[in-house]
Amino acid sequence: MIIKTRNVDFFYGAFRALTDVTLDFEKNRVTALIGPSGCGKSTLLRLLNRMNDLIDGTRVEGEILFEGRNIYAPDVDPVEIRQRIGMVFQKPNPFPKSIFNNITYAPKLSGVRDRGDIEALVEESLKQAVLWDEVKDILGKSAMNLSGGQQQRLCIARALAMKPDILLMDEPTSALDPISTAKIEELIDSLKKRYTIIIVTHNMQQAARVSEYTGFFYLGKLIEFNVTEKIFTNPDMKQTEDYITGRFG
Amino acid sequence: MKWRYVRQGLFFGVVRLAALIITLALLGIIAFLLFNGFRAVTWDFLTLPPIDSMTKGGIMPAIVGTFYLTVGAVVVALPLGVVSAIYLTEYARQGRFIRLIRIGVNCLAGVPSVVFGLFGLGFFVVFLKFGSSILAGALTLGILILPTIIGAAEEALKAVPQTFREASLALGVSKWRTISRIVLPSALPGILTGAILGVGRAAGETAPIMFTAAAFFTAVLPKSIFDEVMALPYHIYVLATAGTHIEQTRPLQYGTALVLIALVLGIDLIAIVLRSMVRRKKRW
Repeated sequence: MIIKTRNVDFFYGAFRALTDVTLDFEKNRVTALIGPSGCGKSTLLRLLNRMNDLIDGTRVEGEILFEGRNIYAPDVDPVEIRQRIGMVFQKPNPFPKSIFNNITYAPKLSGVRDRGDIEALVEESLKQAVLWDEVKDILGKSAMNLSGGQQQRLCIARALAMKPDILLMDEPTSALDPISTAKIEELIDSLKKRYTIIIVTHNMQQAARVSEYTGFFYLGKLIEFNVTEKIFTNPDMKQTEDYITGRFG
Repeated sequence: MKWRYVRQGLFFGVVRLAALIITLALLGIIAFLLFNGFRAVTWDFLTLPPIDSMTKGGIMPAIVGTFYLTVGAVVVALPLGVVSAIYLTEYARQGRFIRLIRIGVNCLAGVPSVVFGLFGLGFFVVFLKFGSSILAGALTLGILILPTIIGAAEEALKAVPQTFREASLALGVSKWRTISRIVLPSALPGILTGAILGVGRAAGETAPIMFTAAAFFTAVLPKSIFDEVMALPYHIYVLATAGTHIEQTRPLQYGTALVLIALVLGIDLIAIVLRSMVRRKKRW
């Protein structure tokens, strides 16, 4: 288990977005979080690398243990956590810089200086994100000229360049066309050898295709967590069954 | 023809008319100044100091003085304004305290310029013993244009997509570096727009420099920032009201006004070119 949540409650002001979530994420596996809009799955994802810190008036209770250490302990630096737990967002959000500089931006700031190391890092990250062949001749061009699917793979490469342990993906394909979506799904499959991946998705086929474990959320609670096959073929809870068979959501 | 099309036509007509009136007013002023001042603006006018009780000669010391004062005001106000805007939009927790500061900034924008002049006189000239000088004048003008620059910089920072900040922070980059490496460069064109507006205002003001920096007459150029200077707006004021040959110097007054407008447009032009160069690199 690389990261665990223990009795996590989360509040936006007075609104309780998560109730008593206890969940273990296994190392080098893909875990999918599913559930209807507003069920708290994205909120949980953003708690795992302290991105919810950016929102004023929020409050966390309970513990989130990353390698045994509570990441909400007062002496923990969120910047360090985010260096080790990367994130890919719903909408591709490359910086208005060149492809090359998008990748090198964060590693350079964290101390990678040697020109050779940097170039190797760019190539390695883009290859891992299966984008290298498409962009190797245009590394100096603006990332804004890429297609949506390419931009999203660039964002994945950018996150991988920090060599994180965990990659959080918040509906990474919901803004993409089916072909780009298929590419990202293949990519997730190849990445799990080296990274732990936690993916929030609205698309249940996607969860079934890419993940080994699935957690179903409803109204801020974790209703059911199990191996993906079990969730999609023989769930224990009626709410889960209703959701995956499309009776609500 | 249907009534709603008539109504739409009427509305568009009014809108067009309003735009036309504004454009005509601006063109009118420029045409008026050109017509009356064009003959006064000669090479000698631009390069000589005034002579014969300011009835002849040129306005070179005033051009130089206004240039120094304007540039000085921007040098004072731009860093201060940008840093304040960063605090207000990026760091401060939005709440009653911040609202109070914003109201304060807006009130500062509404203070009559002569009040700034008196403040500058009391604080910079007398209390800090800067004397009537470029330094005192530039500081006074700097405070005057501070609200403009803060406002423009705040708008520019707010216009930077939140996704840029998230992307950078999620990579484990600190907040300050996110602001300095991602947010500020993206906001730069908007901030330069604020500086442009500030330049226009600082160059044209008379009251704030009257007690703090402007000399009635000096034939020599300033040697340091503690020297007094002549300034274009004050020179126009002096020629038009305080001289003994008001009618006789009329062409000189128009000429000076023309030069002032040209100087402001010139400084603006530099900033606009700079801005478009920055913009060309930033697209999202």
